[in-house]
Amino acid sequence: MNKTLATLALLGAAAIVAGCATAPAPAVLDQQALAMMKASFRDQGIATVERLNQDLAQQACSAEKAPSEAVTKQVEAESLASIKWPSGGQYLGDWRAGERLAQSGVGMAWNNPSAEPAGNGGQCYNCHEINRAEVSFGTIGPSLWNYGKLRGVKNVTDPAAAAVVQYTWGKLWNSKAYSACSNMPRFGHMKLLNEQQIRDLMALLLDPASPVNR
Amino acid sequence: MSHPSDATALKTILIASAMLASLAAGAQTKSTADGIAEYRKMLEDGNPAELFEAKGEALWKQRRGPKNASLEQCDLGKGPGVVKGAWVEMPRHFADTGRVQDLESRLLTCMETLQGFNAAEIAKTPFGRGEQSNVTALATWIAGSSRGMKFNLPQGHAEERRSYELGKRAFFFRGGPMDFSCATCHSEEGKRIRLQDLPVLTKNPGDGLGFAAWPAYRVSNGEMWSMQLRLNDCFRQQRFPFPGFASEATIALGSYMGVNAKGAVSIAPAIKR
Amino acid sequence: MADPMRIRAQVAGDKATVRVLMSHEMETGQRKDSAGKTIPAWFIQDVTAQHNGKTVMTAQWGPAVSKNPFLQFNVKGAKVGDKITISWVDNKGEKRSDEAVVS
Repeated sequence: MNKTLATLALLGAAAIVAGCATAPAPAVLDQQALAMMKASFRDQGIATVERLNQDLAQQACSAEKAPSEAVTKQVEAESLASIKWPSGGQYLGDWRAGERLAQSGVGMAWNNPSAEPAGNGGQCYNCHEINRAEVSFGTIGPSLWNYGKLRGVKNVTDPAAAAVVQYTWGKLWNSKAYSACSNMPRFGHMKLLNEQQIRDLMALLLDPASPVNR
Repeated sequence: MSHPSDATALKTILIASAMLASLAAGAQTKSTADGIAEYRKMLEDGNPAELFEAKGEALWKQRRGPKNASLEQCDLGKGPGVVKGAWVEMPRHFADTGRVQDLESRLLTCMETLQGFNAAEIAKTPFGRGEQSNVTALATWIAGSSRGMKFNLPQGHAEERRSYELGKRAFFFRGGPMDFSCATCHSEEGKRIRLQDLPVLTKNPGDGLGFAAWPAYRVSNGEMWSMQLRLNDCFRQQRFPFPGFASEATIALGSYMGVNAKGAVSIAPAIKR
Repeated sequence: MADPMRIRAQVAGDKATVRVLMSHEMETGQRKDSAGKTIPAWFIQDVTAQHNGKTVMTAQWGPAVSKNPFLQFNVKGAKVGDKITISWVDNKGEKRSDEAVVS
């Protein structure tokens, strides 16, 4: 009897030790990771720790695996609803200004003096080929060479072009509207660029006179 | 009388002209990338990181600080004073501090306990200044002492495995105004930012790439970059807030990348554009 | 005194290849700091290389040479055990001299 009790006690002790050595449950690790992120960063210039507070889109896309279909749909629907369409229905600006914006990666980092969009660039060439004359382009996003031309946009005010024009505006304003975990920043929604700057990028992509559509 | 320096200067000018010519003829991405690869090859001879290695080695042996002691008894995970092979097994768990530490964190521990420096003060000092620049030099020499060795981080301790798991979550954490995570740039094969190829860090990216390429001397700004500085600048470009020097998140990311890089040959200290 | 140079001198046939890494800011005098003030020029102007005490190479540098300069040259007739001395003087009059043995 004593021997059985002793064996049971040993097994119990072993279970406790094994429990200590067993890894924490994934949900616990998730919590620990969040706490670690909050504790490991501090404010610097315009980059404050508030930036680590995740919205649904960020939170849902912070795992190795893609979110569930339901969450994906929710993120995309909320993102679509958040889009602010251009005032006066004017979608296009100046493609020359757009090219300058696409070339500039300035803004929103802790070493930049202000978070005002007017001082920011779109950093588009970091990830995309746009005007083929620019050989220094990234490949994180698809090529945008001949963007308007390939989509048959000859006149942006033509109703036939409306769907493309609106999609492009929407994608620039809030990329997650069309792809929940898109790698592309949400230029309008996160106030990275203002309405006029987005119009200029639209012109770079859709204006038939833009070098992108040669 | 002609000077050898004239010949060297002429040779440099000729190489530069040839490279410019090859860049101009056919503004194709491939020849631009080839030109940059050529430039990188030329940089390999005479890496200024050696100056920092020499400085680091001297600092290791020199009696300094309020306790007037050297760092020669510092335990980097393989026993007091054992430097060779230590870099490729870090971050790892340390019994005396009860936590997982990377090299720079461990240097802070040793500089405080052995030499009497204030670790918190050094952590607050900007890169390139004061004792922080000494930490960089020490890290450069210690990493260089494992040159050619393969990464083999221990995962035997529960805390080491937990550090890996937390590092993985930090790697995929999307935040900031641009929704960037480490994974945004470093999780897909064959991607680049502008013309800078991006190593995939969710697995072993290969010898001398990613985790295996730092510390490194950056020619473009003439600075010696330790792993902590590399991570710091990643976070700046991700538009995140400022990561604390040797904070838990930075160590955990080192665990994640280092374990993934198992078997990769370290080329630190390397030279970068 | 500035940080020491790293000098390697290795025999290859009838000559020795000397490689030198110098620690110097090599400030051009064209850059401005974050306050808009010009950072004063500070660069190595004269470099001398000696083989067993005899001058074998001199160079006049300017602001075009980059930070932490790397210099490589060959010395004919150098043998194992010979002494190579590298000296520099910068525009502020600061100097540095280091030596290495040919191996």
